[in-house]
Amino acid sequence: MDERSPEDGIVLTDEQKRRRRARSIAIGLALGALALLFYVVTIVKLGPGVLNRPL
Amino acid sequence: MSLVGEGANLAGPLRAEHGRLEPSMAAVGDYVALMKPRVMSLVVFTALVGLLVAPGHVHPVIGFTAILCVAVGAGAAAALNMWYDSDIDALMTRTARRPIPAGRIEPGEALAFGVTLGTGAVVVLGLLVNWVAAALLAFTILFYVVVYTIWLKRTTPQNIVIGGAAGAVPPMIGWAAAGGGIGIEAVLMFLVIFFWTPPHFWALSLYRADDYARAGVPMLPVVAGADATRRQILVYSLLLMPVGLLPWLLGYASAPYATVAVAAGVMMVALAWRVRNERGPAGERAAKRLFAFSILYLIALFAALLLEALAGTSGRALA
Repeated sequence: MDERSPEDGIVLTDEQKRRRRARSIAIGLALGALALLFYVVTIVKLGPGVLNRPL
Repeated sequence: MSLVGEGANLAGPLRAEHGRLEPSMAAVGDYVALMKPRVMSLVVFTALVGLLVAPGHVHPVIGFTAILCVAVGAGAAAALNMWYDSDIDALMTRTARRPIPAGRIEPGEALAFGVTLGTGAVVVLGLLVNWVAAALLAFTILFYVVVYTIWLKRTTPQNIVIGGAAGAVPPMIGWAAAGGGIGIEAVLMFLVIFFWTPPHFWALSLYRADDYARAGVPMLPVVAGADATRRQILVYSLLLMPVGLLPWLLGYASAPYATVAVAAGVMMVALAWRVRNERGPAGERAAKRLFAFSILYLIALFAALLLEALAGTSGRALA
């Protein structure tokens, strides 16, 4: 018999928590890589002149 | 009675009614499998050749970005294909262990994954590389998912002939990413893959005909029979040989490419001839050999084009 009441909500098992954490890490890495890609392509498209600006 | 209280009371029954609300058990590897990495590797390779063979110079970072977007776009198309086909995948031995029919990923998760990746790949390719390449990638994904998967696959034995156009576009995307347009040589590469697809897939379907019949997919061996399929494989292999030589005949490739194209083309026809004549276990072995060699055929021709481009000996027309 299920001892959980509806008010407890969904309780994750350890395995579900482990897999969710792995998916979260993968999404984080993908987003980080995307941000890095946009940064590098911006530098490439603008050229070295991007660093040469009046302060 | 407060509205908040009503909402809280509804949560339990809703959760019980919809088993889909169970927490996901999908592992990262399941999402990788959803992108059909082996198919993706061939798509990436042909797109890379299109990129490097194209005239002009492309910055390595821009080139890398283009190939990454093609890979992600191909993965998105594969995920959407698995989402739509999960019902028939469950009926076929070859595909029953895929993440959705095996119950490791919910169909809705695959749909969201595919739409997100596909949209992202097209937008990033457009913003960071150019919009011609992005439009071609969008066309490829939509063609593969809507025209091939949703429409043709379950309605006509010509499904993989017409649907093969989706798999033939990647070199054109690579070319467009490098040069910003659509060149004749890119169209020739498209034609090679387009004519290569029928013998490649029909060889597979010959020894998987029971699978397709069980799932009700009208592949050629199921609808027209094995003998008609064997004839069609031979016809398309014969057509593929001159098409494979077109880059050389039209002056876009030189003699080493022509040598590879002739040798690989003759081998392809020879294997198709054996498929045409063998029956029983020997016939199945012949079909498996043709399927395996067809992959090598495509790699050999595109590798030859790539090596010529890198060596600077690509064809008379480009000289």
